[in-house]
This record gives sequence, structure tokens and C-alpha cells, in this order.
Amino acid sequence: MSIRERMSGNEAVAIAMKQINPDVVAAFPITPSTEVPQYFSTYVADGVVDSEFVAVESEHSAMSACVGAQAAGGRAMTATSANGLALMWEILYIASASRLPIVMACVNRTLSGPINIHNDHSDSMGARDSGWIQLYSENNQEAYDNMLMAHRIGEHSDVLLPVMVCQDGFITSHAIENIELVEDDNVKAFIGEYKPEMNLLNKENPIAVGPLDHFTHCFEHKRQQAQAMVNAKKVISEVAEDFYKMSGRKYELFEEYNADGAEVAMIILNSTAGTAKYVVDKYKALGKKVAVIKIRVFRPFPVDEIADALTKYKAIAIMDKSEGFNAAGGPLFTEVTSAMYAKGVLLPKVINYIYGIGGRDVKSTDIEIVANKLLEILNTGEVDSVYNYLGVRE
Amino acid sequence: MAYNLKEVAKKPERLTGGHRMCAGCGAPVVVRQILRALKPEDHAVIGAATGCLEVSTFIYPYTAWRDSFIHNAFENSASTVSGAEAAYVAMKRKGKISNDTKFIAFGGDGGTYDIGLQSLSGAMERGHDMVYVCYDNEAYMNTGIQRSSATPIYADTTTSPAGREIHGKQQWRKDLTQVMVNHHIPYVAQTAAIGNMKDLYEKAERAIYTKGPTFMNVLAPCPRGWQYNTPDLMKINKLAVETCFWPLYEVIDGKYKLNYKPKNKLPVKDFLKVQGRFKHLFKTGNEHMIDEVQTEVDKRWAELLRLAEEN
Repeated sequence: MSIRERMSGNEAVAIAMKQINPDVVAAFPITPSTEVPQYFSTYVADGVVDSEFVAVESEHSAMSACVGAQAAGGRAMTATSANGLALMWEILYIASASRLPIVMACVNRTLSGPINIHNDHSDSMGARDSGWIQLYSENNQEAYDNMLMAHRIGEHSDVLLPVMVCQDGFITSHAIENIELVEDDNVKAFIGEYKPEMNLLNKENPIAVGPLDHFTHCFEHKRQQAQAMVNAKKVISEVAEDFYKMSGRKYELFEEYNADGAEVAMIILNSTAGTAKYVVDKYKALGKKVAVIKIRVFRPFPVDEIADALTKYKAIAIMDKSEGFNAAGGPLFTEVTSAMYAKGVLLPKVINYIYGIGGRDVKSTDIEIVANKLLEILNTGEVDSVYNYLGVRE
Repeated sequence: MAYNLKEVAKKPERLTGGHRMCAGCGAPVVVRQILRALKPEDHAVIGAATGCLEVSTFIYPYTAWRDSFIHNAFENSASTVSGAEAAYVAMKRKGKISNDTKFIAFGGDGGTYDIGLQSLSGAMERGHDMVYVCYDNEAYMNTGIQRSSATPIYADTTTSPAGREIHGKQQWRKDLTQVMVNHHIPYVAQTAAIGNMKDLYEKAERAIYTKGPTFMNVLAPCPRGWQYNTPDLMKINKLAVETCFWPLYEVIDGKYKLNYKPKNKLPVKDFLKVQGRFKHLFKTGNEHMIDEVQTEVDKRWAELLRLAEEN
């Protein structure tokens, strides 16, 4: 029997880490993810995990220690946000290029400057090309479930990539909601033993990690790394299927909500999807059909599946909780539209909204503005502005 | 067993030949001798910061390291190896591994005194059972001889050039060994490859087999940066010690021990004059700079004698 509980998103992630019982957790506190290493160090202090908690002096060292620990054949985990993730930047790329399936809880927060502790997605979006798998979570349940699936995905022999599980800082990391936990034994069985083919501690087969890799081989290694990300898509779906069998909770690359008969859709990441679902339910009762597409897997980006799903819509609003500063639209917008163009999905009208920057509250009335705009475009067939801001004073 | 170079030299090389370090470079001599201090039955995980040592010993698909080796980045040799050590502790506790593994992190002075100082300080403070070895060649040699905080005053480097108005580096070198002593870790040593390399070997052995975090600062001259003839490596090392520019000492659980006190302390100019990076000091009118260096060397030497209660 699963365990019904209530807790914050941070505690949910920490509980997942406790159940995973990794070899090493190396972390440095930063709001709003600080609670994760706090909870975890309590588990260590109470002897309920066998892990080493490495209280590093910076996030750069957190990721560096994770690289060392994972290369040594251990499971290494960390948690961070915003500037902490930025300080890890250099080593994020080395972790993925070294094919080390480290798992990180990323509690999304606005990346400085100016300094701001609240939620947007500028931190993880900046790391989107670092070679990490990125899973996004609407609520504490999804953050927990994604954490439980992360090792199975990253450690798969066709993948061997690190995984970042994102959730919205404060909005889900600190809000207490109901949750269904998986029993410890089931988690253990689901995760399995980590037995990397090669590791630093094997005296019989010493290895060398992190070479100087010239133009003679570097390209091939990068090609293999790119293929691992391609392979990850199938593995993510297979792991989700196994997870469904264990937990009864079904996860796809993205979720289509209220799609039946809808001709317009909003594409959203993380917690705002919950607000959007509330709004479209309300609209449904009024006879207005608006779908919500919540992207769960941003890396690898489900190009084919998204493009295919979007063929049935006439107007789409792509919602970005971070700026790309390309003077044309946010990162999710450019990913979705390039997927559409590449796959020949040219009929839907597309608009982009940048919203919630620096933790600006996103109310149901804000989402209604987007829904109304989509319905207006459906009606008129006209798009007056592609690149838009939602809820900003100007 | 008393140290015997002939016996020690018979041990299998753990850093094999064929690497691409320069002739006359101090670093591989230092590394090989340190690795000889490992018990043959012990496995080692060796880390290195980005730098000459790393880029010359592990060029894909070749490695010169017989033990397991990891290079991560420039500033994180200590934290990377600390992570491997933490995994070892956890996996040993879980019964996943049985053999003994020793952990050694290397870094040049760039990766240690400067960009990697935070990572080093953190790893030492956290108490990992590991050795950190700085091979100190007194500048960023891998990128082409730029000044570091280990570069001696008045040295000519590519970012502290000896010009018409400014005569090389204008600052005194950082005393990293003292910085590490003040971490109050069980063992800190300063050494160099001189004579039969007994001092280096014995310090390496103690550092590797002392439980907890230990630190070694080892002088490792660079023929390109210091501008000396490659066969003169050992002579340069000896002059650094005989002039007390680079004293040999260790601090065991906070207790200073001076390992070598020259009978006739040579003037520092003997050390400076054999190196091209100091040649501008020997131009007429620049004698005062040599005097300044001598004064500072004397001051630091006197301080060390005081700490070691030698006078």
C-alpha cells in the first residue's frame, strides 16, 4: 500500500533521496532548495541512510564532488537553485560529457541579477544545453515521482547522462500538499543496484576519466553524447511505464489536458500548468474549449511528439517563465516553433508569452488573458503580436 | 625500513614513461617519487587539476597512469577527489568494496594557490582521507608562463614582464604552506626533489598513510618558465633549498619540524642567477632588488626557525 502524506515539494524530494539511499550527497545551501540538504543531513545524522553527506564550500565543489563520487562508482546526488546552478555550470557540462548519471533536484529560482529569490525558470533554462536530461514537475507529487524515475533513466546503458528534476521554487517547494509516497521496499526494487561497468575504485581494472580530447576523437565523443540524449526519450517512456505499473501514476513526455475538441492550446512548464488547468476547466463549463499542454521532458525535447500533437490546434500560446533575450521569444517558444517548422506543422498560429519573471504572481485572471487571446485568434485568424509579456507593468 | 633509493627505484612506475612532459620539468620527477611511496598492494585514485601534468599524461586514447585517474577541471582537483573518497567511504560501509584505496589530488600552483584554493580549503577542512599535492612551478606554465600568487617577486612572466619601467612581478609570493598549516590538518609538508629524494619520499609516505587530510607543497621547477638548461633541474632544486628560498619542513599535528638546515646558507642570488626569469636583476643599478629578495628570504627563514624552535 502506498503511503498518503502531506508535505512540501522540498521534503518530497528529500524523502525520495532518503528512499534512494545514494552513496554521496554533496550540496551547498541556496534558497529555495536549502531544505533538501537540511532534510538529508538529518537522515544522515539519524542513521536512516548509509550515505556520505559532503557539506561542500560551494556549488562548484558540490558538482565537482558529485563527478568524483559518481566516477568512483557511487550514486551521487545534489540539490540547488539559481546562482548555485550557475556556479555549477562548468561542471554540468563535464558531468554529462563524462557520462555520469548524477541526479540533481533543481528548485527553480530567478537567476541573478538583480538578485531575487523567487521563482522563474531562468536557472534551468540556462542549463538546457549542458547535456543534462531535464524533467519538470507541476507539484510535489510529480517532483517526487520524477526523482524516483531519474536514476533508472540516467543509468540506463543507452543513456548514461545526468538528470535534473525541476520544480518551482516556493510555489511547490514550500507549499504543503497531499502526496502519495511509494513504500521504501518498492522504491529500492524499482531503483535497483547501481553497478557501473567501470569505476575508479576497481583495482583490477583501473580507469582514467576526463582526458585531453583533441580533434581526433572529441567530435565522436560528442556525437555519442548527442545519441545518448536521443536514446533517452524512449528510455524515459519505458521507465514511466514501469513506474505506472508500480504506482498507478502515469507519466508521458508531456501531458495534454482538456484536449478533446479544443482548437487552441497553452504550452506550459511546472506549477503554472495547475493554474491553467483550473482556468480551462472553468472555460469548459462555459462551453469554451482550451487545452493545456504541460511539458514534462524538456531535455530531450520531444520534437516529433509535440509537433504531432499540435497539428490539431488552430492557435497555440507558448508560455515562457524565462527570457531568452534573443529579442524574439523565450526558450520554450523557440523550441516548440522550431519543432513545428521542422516537422511541417505550419497551420497553427503561434504566440509567445513571457510571464512570472522574478516570481511575479501568475493569477487565474492572467491565464484568462491568454485563453481569451487564443479564442480571439481562433475567431479572427489574425495574430497582432507574437512576442508578448503577461503581467508586467510597462 | 631505512630509505634506500636503489630499492625504491626498483618499484614499478605508477606514472609510466611516454607522457609528454618537457625534458627538465620538475613535475613528473616529483609525481613518480610520490607514487613510489604507495604500498604496492594499494590501489590509488589520483586526481589532477587542468595543467601541464594533466594535459601531458592523459591525451585520449592514451594514459600514463597505472592507477585510476580523474581530471575534472582546473579549480576542483581537491573537491573532485574528495567526492571519490566520500563514495569510497559510503561503499565500504555498505560492503560493496573490499580493497584499500588511497586518494591523491595533484594541482599546479595555478590550480592550488589561486583558482583552486577554495576547493582545496574546503576539502581539507571537511577532513577527507586524502593527500593534496601542489607541484609548485611558480607560474601558470600550461598557458604560457603567466604570473601566479606563487610567482616570486621580480620574476619575469608573460603577465608580469620585466619592462623598462616595471621589473617583473611586483608582489611577494603567497606562503601557501603556512595557509595550509593554519587549517590544522594532521600533516603539512614542504619539500623538493633534492639529492636522493629521501625527503620527498618520506613526506609522501607520511602524507599518504596519515589518516585524514594532508597537504604537500613541492617545488617543481619549469625549464621554460624559469629559463634554465634542462639538465640543471636538480641543481636548481638544490639551490632553492641551500639558499633557504624553499626550506624543507613539515608540520605534524601542529608541531613544526625543520628537515634541513644548511650549514652554509647560500645567498639567494645564487638561486636567482641561474634562471633567465631573473636576469634583469643582475643589470647594473638593479642590485637593490636582489637585496630586497634576500631580506625577505631571511625574514621568512628566521620565522620558520622560530616556529621550529631552532634558535
